[in-house]
Amino acid sequence: MWRNIPERYNLLGTHCQTCGKYYFPMRRVCPTCRRKGKLVDAKMPETGKILSYSQVFVAPSGFEHETPYFLAIVELANKATLLTQIVDSKADVVKEGARVELVFRKIYEDSPEGAIAYGYKFRVV
Amino acid sequence: MRKVSVIGVGQTTFGEHWSLSLRDLVTEAGIKAIENANVEGKDVQALFGGCMASGRFIGQEHIGALMADQMGMNPVPAYRTEAACASGGVALRLAYMAVAGGMYDVVAVGGMEKMTDVSTEDAAVALAGAGDQESELFNGATFPAIYALMARRHMHDFGTTEEQMALCAVKNHGHAVHNPYAQFRKAITVENVMDSGYIASPLKLLDCSPLTDGAAAMVLCASDKAKEYTDKPVEIAASAQASDTLALHERRSLTGLHATEVAAKDAYKQAKIAPKDIDLLECHDCFSIAQIMALEDLGFCKKGTGGKFVEEGNTDFGGVIPTNLSGGLKAVGHPVGASGVREAIDVVRQLRGDAPAPVQVKDAQIGLSHNVGGSGATVVVHAFKKGF
Ligand SMILES: [Zn+2]
Repeated sequence: MWRNIPERYNLLGTHCQTCGKYYFPMRRVCPTCRRKGKLVDAKMPETGKILSYSQVFVAPSGFEHETPYFLAIVELANKATLLTQIVDSKADVVKEGARVELVFRKIYEDSPEGAIAYGYKFRVV
Repeated sequence: MRKVSVIGVGQTTFGEHWSLSLRDLVTEAGIKAIENANVEGKDVQALFGGCMASGRFIGQEHIGALMADQMGMNPVPAYRTEAACASGGVALRLAYMAVAGGMYDVVAVGGMEKMTDVSTEDAAVALAGAGDQESELFNGATFPAIYALMARRHMHDFGTTEEQMALCAVKNHGHAVHNPYAQFRKAITVENVMDSGYIASPLKLLDCSPLTDGAAAMVLCASDKAKEYTDKPVEIAASAQASDTLALHERRSLTGLHATEVAAKDAYKQAKIAPKDIDLLECHDCFSIAQIMALEDLGFCKKGTGGKFVEEGNTDFGGVIPTNLSGGLKAVGHPVGASGVREAIDVVRQLRGDAPAPVQVKDAQIGLSHNVGGSGATVVVHAFKKGF
């Protein structure tokens, strides 16, 4: 969706100033503090570490030409977590605990007319 | 609150029904359940049907009305529930609440899905709608990939092996050989699973439940009236449900479903039981790792020991907690909206003594059904007690 572009291009998430937690993607309500939580936009750190990973061999529509590709759950330096593709990294370094950094890439080719979605991916440092 | 009993069950065979439509399937299951319950259609006061993605799969919504119409039940009120793969379990719980709360005496519950009319890729996109569109599917995360991320971390933290996961599928296939409704009535070996090729590592094709067409239905009745219809009522001793974040990455843990823990705790409290009192389990093994985590989260073994627990035979027929004696989602098949109802039906069959003889638990008194939506954002747990 085009409305998600600023969030995805700038890795923009949410910081709850009440409890201190960071969220990605953005949230309207802090699940811990609810209406008491004071939320502000927050740029996410561009580095983190892999908590878990998988190499995907059978892809959904839009990703068929990219298989096999790595997905990982990454914990960022501020403890927020996200799911991302891991690119530009040899298979044997994609592991739990590996340090990763942000890169921007094409995510998928949207439609037969060729609209292309860009967003965040990470690579092992 | 009133006590509620199951008085009838019915289902279609599960599999690829290229000649049958969604309406054929749900009507067949519904009529079988009503006949099995020995009720007249006019006694049924409301319908509750679980269906996940009929719009994506066959372009049809308004499933509540479709059920009432096709079964000739108009003008009774009819409801469709959607909670991804827990749509059926949620329908059962809402029907239970409607009877327990005194609104109705007799209601019918259905679960259904018609999945094989679309391509495998389009089915993957429809199913990925059970996760978080904006943070998971957008990045190319299929449903198997989400569970693969849990499996990988479970292996990392606890030493769970791919062979232990494979064993879950092997055992479930072994049970399904006896199930006339199952999609795959064929035994497989650990080697078959290990050689079946990665879908999303470490999960291989035979770790994954298949795409399936099918429907399942049951009839619920206020317990004090159940004996008017059947000699073998099965009481719903507990009905519990919990929610968690839609996206896996925001959960407190990658190696278990918190919603399962919460729902199980609530169910055990309602039924005044502990895991050791339960004679059999139908758990939501959409992927082999899901069965291992369910055994842990439901309290049958300690966190991290599920793989070993399965390996030691505790979940076999005759074991500590016979699990998925039907064959589970892996071998019975997984028509996503139907599975929650089908799991409950297979527990009811065991408690009535109506399970296939080779896998009938002797004198089973209490059974548990466990139904998961998405990667754990919705979990429904029901406990059933023999009522005769
Ligand atoms: Zn907060």
